[in-house]
Amino acid sequence: MNWDGWLPLLIVLSSLSVGLVIFFLPEERVATRTTLNLTGAVLKLVLVGVIIWGVVHRHHYETRLPLLPGLDLVLRADAESVLFVTLSSGLWLVTTVYAIGYLEGSPHRSRFFGFFSLCVAATVGVALAGNLITFLLFYELLTLATYPLIVHRGTDAAHQAGRAYLTYTIAGGALLLVGTVWLYGIAGSLEFSYRGFVAELADGHRAALIAIFALLIAGLAVKAALVPFHSWLPQAMVAPAPVSALLHAVAVVKAGAFGIVRVVYDVYGIEFAAGLGVTLPLATVAAVTIIYGSMRALFQDDLKRRLAFSTVSQVSYIVLGIALTGPIATIGGLVHLVHQGVMKITLFFCAGNLAETLGIHKVSEMNGVGRRMPWTMAAFTIGAFGMIGAPPLAGFISKWYLGLGALDAGQGWVIFILAGSSLLNAGYFLPILYAAWFKAPPDTWPAERSFGRRETAWALLAPPVVTALLTLALGLLASAPFSPLQWARSITTLEYAP
Amino acid sequence: MSHVFLYALVGTGLFTLGLYALIVHTHLLRKILAINVMGSGVFLVLVALAARARGAAPDPVPHAMVITGIVVAVSATALALALMVRVRAETGRAELSEERPE
Amino acid sequence: MALTMAAIPWGVMAILLPLAGAMACFLSPRRASPLGLITALGVVACAAGLGWQVAEQGAQRYAIGGWGAPLGIDLYADGLSLLMLMVTAVVGLGISVYSSGYFNREKAVNFWPLWMFLWSALNALFLSADIFNLYVTLELLGLAAVALVALAGGADALTGAMRYLLVSLLGSLAYLLGVALLYHSFGCLDIALLAERMEPSPAVMAAMGLMSAGLLLKTALFPLHFWLPPAHASAPAPVSALLSALVVKASFYILLRLWLDVFPVTAAGLGQLLGLLGAAAVLWGGLQALRQTRLKMLIAYSTVAQLGYLFLAFPLGSNVAWQGALYLLLSHALAKAAMFMAAGNILCFGGHDRIADLDRVAQRLPLSLAAFGLAGVSIMGLPPSGGFIAKWLLLEAAMRSGQWWWVIILILGGLLAAAYVFKVIGYAFTQAVMTHEARAVPATMEWAALVLALVAILLGLVAPWPLALMEIGLPFGGEAAG
Repeated sequence: MNWDGWLPLLIVLSSLSVGLVIFFLPEERVATRTTLNLTGAVLKLVLVGVIIWGVVHRHHYETRLPLLPGLDLVLRADAESVLFVTLSSGLWLVTTVYAIGYLEGSPHRSRFFGFFSLCVAATVGVALAGNLITFLLFYELLTLATYPLIVHRGTDAAHQAGRAYLTYTIAGGALLLVGTVWLYGIAGSLEFSYRGFVAELADGHRAALIAIFALLIAGLAVKAALVPFHSWLPQAMVAPAPVSALLHAVAVVKAGAFGIVRVVYDVYGIEFAAGLGVTLPLATVAAVTIIYGSMRALFQDDLKRRLAFSTVSQVSYIVLGIALTGPIATIGGLVHLVHQGVMKITLFFCAGNLAETLGIHKVSEMNGVGRRMPWTMAAFTIGAFGMIGAPPLAGFISKWYLGLGALDAGQGWVIFILAGSSLLNAGYFLPILYAAWFKAPPDTWPAERSFGRRETAWALLAPPVVTALLTLALGLLASAPFSPLQWARSITTLEYAP
Repeated sequence: MSHVFLYALVGTGLFTLGLYALIVHTHLLRKILAINVMGSGVFLVLVALAARARGAAPDPVPHAMVITGIVVAVSATALALALMVRVRAETGRAELSEERPE
Repeated sequence: MALTMAAIPWGVMAILLPLAGAMACFLSPRRASPLGLITALGVVACAAGLGWQVAEQGAQRYAIGGWGAPLGIDLYADGLSLLMLMVTAVVGLGISVYSSGYFNREKAVNFWPLWMFLWSALNALFLSADIFNLYVTLELLGLAAVALVALAGGADALTGAMRYLLVSLLGSLAYLLGVALLYHSFGCLDIALLAERMEPSPAVMAAMGLMSAGLLLKTALFPLHFWLPPAHASAPAPVSALLSALVVKASFYILLRLWLDVFPVTAAGLGQLLGLLGAAAVLWGGLQALRQTRLKMLIAYSTVAQLGYLFLAFPLGSNVAWQGALYLLLSHALAKAAMFMAAGNILCFGGHDRIADLDRVAQRLPLSLAAFGLAGVSIMGLPPSGGFIAKWLLLEAAMRSGQWWWVIILILGGLLAAAYVFKVIGYAFTQAVMTHEARAVPATMEWAALVLALVAILLGLVAPWPLALMEIGLPFGGEAAG
């Protein structure tokens, strides 16, 4: 049996099948459900490891199934998909552990974990998609799988958030669909290829290609939370913390950003896109989002909403790196895809811990919490400094490359954007850290749950500590052979013509 | 051929009259009768169009169509009348209610 | 083995078997349900057999009694008829399974013979090769459908049935007048012969107008759709399913046949008109669906909207456009049947189908809600589903032919569908108070709905095969028309 042809599909199926089984489990079968969840996550990680090994040894993994006459469903492991799928699978394992701890005792867990698994199956499909229609298919599937997670709690606020989410994402999906069909009509193919396929197949349709680019990016910008399509993200914070972690770091926002990577590099090709004149507007939108997101974050008292606006801002770093024409900026953008994910998930895990253990939802309630929950706040501190871009953490690496890349591409104004944003980041993270570590704690916390001598449950404590350590490692060991930085470098070499 | 043309014209006229009655009248029995008049109109047209050259036997195919049509019309009328009686029993009036069940 | 498979007239059996089944159910009412189910399985087997035959040997023509056209009645099975027959078989099997759990003894006695007659009429309609036989089968279909609607018994159902009957008869009479004019002009009734002899003339234009008007009335195209929501919403759930999924498609099929085979040279301007009316149907149906307070009315207006999509293929006219419209027809049949069945489950369990009070009922029927959700994915045209494939094909056709405005209609229709589907789905996720009661909905009913919804989703992943089947016999004139 030719495993190379089936491995990508197996990766998708590993969580799809787990999800379907979990739907039918009765609520009380906690142990079964936990086992299934963790087995699925570990299995996926193992399969991803096999793919990484294979890609390094020049294996070609591709699953191809006929979807329409002339168009196939293609799942392929190329350099970018490996980057994204590793991020997703690794962080999914951590989030699964966290979610199991977080949702202990709450209702509808089978339903939750069923859609949870479906969501990751869709994300992995997005990562491994080998052409634009497969991407579109899994992208829309992601919308359908995440909606039930957002409205999980069933409150009015949850439904409001769900409605906003659907309005934005379904409209965005429609734009993406129109762009894709149009492109197919002109180019006759939708297969991703290094350096893009549009240049060869679609000569002489400049105006149409610019319009298609706008449509595709608009459709992707919804999930990537670019201004002005970002409003759903802060509203979606009513969902449980594992969902927020998933949305921001692992799945939805990353899928949008990854889509933009694919469109700019593997559909249009960076040089062709620059020639069309579409990259500069994209960089401008990203820059506006970076500043806008950071400014809004300054004024949020609700911790998760502050983190949400921070995500709005940070994901645009990725888009900025993509849009600047130049290999160094590309490296910065791609590596930030990974780094931002790891840092942000740390912050959300910590926010969830504070809410679950002490009932803290607002920044103003966080005085002195560092003494009560030292490990959690230590992880938060690492994540926050990474966001600000302090060396030797992961965030510093990405900002460094973005800055250099901006200079290299002749867009010096970007440096000011980066510097301004770092200042704003400091502006909304440092006060939190100061309050947590140096201010006196209140007499009682809003809603304390006791865990004996531990600061909180193991399942809630271990994940953020792990991801914080990872943030440290990604920064310190950035020049090690298989670091995301090196991987981003090799992708960049493939994307730029010699 | 002119009286054939007359028959066809009368048939079309019956069809139109029936259509008008179907739309305008509210009582179900009148609507059912209107449908029957329309049916007769169509059958008359069919019979008229069956005529062939003077002296030759008429074309049997339209006649076959008319016979089939009559059978269908009779069954349909029976069903319609039975339904009308049931509607009358349930609602007290032999009319289609104007409000849609929203 | 292959020789016997080829020798059996599967098409004829597909018509005769349900007739025999109807008689059997009528004669032994106590065993009506099992007999009906056995017949359903038999019809599925016939459809499969015919499928094999057509795939192996190309389009099939069968002369009843050995007489042949133009005097005899021919049966003709090409790719288009085959697909209609197959989707009818699958949905019919689902409805039969569902009905075996839905109806109590007295109603079942009346339901099964009528349903089998209707199925036989449908199969005969899809296999007819001449325009008068189409009239006869259309009438049979209409009468059986009206009787089934009236089965529910209340004032709503009876009025809906009466209105439906009058509309149906009006449509058929208009069609028959058109048949008379065509026969007079060309001396034959067989579709293939008419296609050869066709030339434009005032009589032909009149015939086209009459027949189209009659068939559009029966297919409930805006603004002739007024009879559909009351009839479909007040009928018993399996009847609503078969009406929305199958019966309205029959008149569309006839219109399609006439358009492709009999009238192609004369019909240019009419295409844009049909497309315009279709667009109006999509928007009007979608908006009305959003306003409804009862679930079955919402689903009925959704049918009005989805039928509008089918007519968008007429102004486009290319091969891809017809493929898209037909694929939508197939997916919609499966998805709509699943939706009505799910609604029937909710109605059966909760005693009402008011959308605002749905949550307490719906959350105790997760399988039905899943069926509704999956069917909704196809209705919205989101991947992976048959509805998405159809939408893709129609979008592709619209862009290739440069008629941009249809793209906007397709997208708006999808957004409206998302609005009304998620309006219902949202009720699955509330903090309603649950009491523990025994579930009264039989498992067969829930699973029938879910399986049909899953097939609608599956159609999104196996598209090349039905699309290839569709082309057998070149009903769309092959690539020349694209």
